[in-house]
Amino acid sequence: MSRLTALSASLLTALLATSGALAAEIPLDQRRSNNDFVSADTRAMQSDDTANPGMLAVLDGEAIWNAKGGGQSSKSCADCHGDAAVSMKGVAARYPAFSAVLNRPVDLEQRINLSRTSDQKAEAFAFESKELLALTVYVAHQSRGMPDAVEETAQTKPFIEAGRTLFERREGQLNLSCAQCHDENWGKKLSGSIIPQAEPTGYPIYRLEWQEVGSLQRRLRECMYAVRAQPFDYGAPELVDLELYLMWRARGLPMETPAVRP
Amino acid sequence: MIGRALTHVPASAKRGDIIEIKALISHIMETGYRVGITGQPIPRDIIEDFVCTYNGEEIFRAKFYPAIAANPFMSFFTVATESGTIAFSWTDQHGATQVQTAAITVE
Repeated sequence: MSRLTALSASLLTALLATSGALAAEIPLDQRRSNNDFVSADTRAMQSDDTANPGMLAVLDGEAIWNAKGGGQSSKSCADCHGDAAVSMKGVAARYPAFSAVLNRPVDLEQRINLSRTSDQKAEAFAFESKELLALTVYVAHQSRGMPDAVEETAQTKPFIEAGRTLFERREGQLNLSCAQCHDENWGKKLSGSIIPQAEPTGYPIYRLEWQEVGSLQRRLRECMYAVRAQPFDYGAPELVDLELYLMWRARGLPMETPAVRP
Repeated sequence: MIGRALTHVPASAKRGDIIEIKALISHIMETGYRVGITGQPIPRDIIEDFVCTYNGEEIFRAKFYPAIAANPFMSFFTVATESGTIAFSWTDQHGATQVQTAAITVE
């Protein structure tokens, strides 16, 4: 808990130092990947495919992609989608995307689970399970280097707006919004770390603190916990709205999955 | 349980070249010092030995302890002497061993 106390103390210091001005969106040409704010060692680890531990999850995901799904259809992902390097190229850069089935946006994890339940007739993977993360990393990895292509459409606009509202809303005992750190104070220090812009283009990421791969929802929940708010449950529509807003906000930045973060 | 491994050896090198060898393996490296959410100790589970051989001759060995992070990564150098096989082996505390090999051509 001492780390959390230190975090809140420095959060307060950081915020006392800022003016009371309203959150201003970061201009598009000033958006920078979170990769720009990590140490040179961490960046080197990400860019070397033999040193990046997220690549182990890519291998796991490839095996799941080619294995029979275990459902009634006895089909693998590859049986329908073929070579992921072709069929999944650029897909993750468009997620979260609007699902006509659910009439709302779904993130990549949810989309994979939809295909599992409806096409493979198998049970959905649990959120944050090793299997779901591996498959998500594998699919998202096929878009590495491609620009984040989430667009605002008539269908997604209300959800992007809902995500923006959550991003700018103060919450928790510390009464902080996401925007106060990531729009207003990015580039400054918090507990010895540089506050990034919260651009989610490398998810699922390998986080050194976790010593494993984790989803964007896990990261968002952790931030909520850090400001002492009640985190939304995994799969909650609010979390997906936030993911959608963040991916739209990061549009144009290259996808990095699997990114390595401290 | 030992998982997947990623290794890197240059596919070809000139005789006498100094080459970098890299090896990453998936493993939780549980220290044995942590407790779970109900307070019960989480048993220690680590890889203890890593050995690299070049055409059967040992060129690098490391002993791992609980302070090594999950998914241990090793990077080291050797001199390319002859074409052949570079073999990596990891052995955990239960005695299970995983072996991975890579070929190198030396001209």
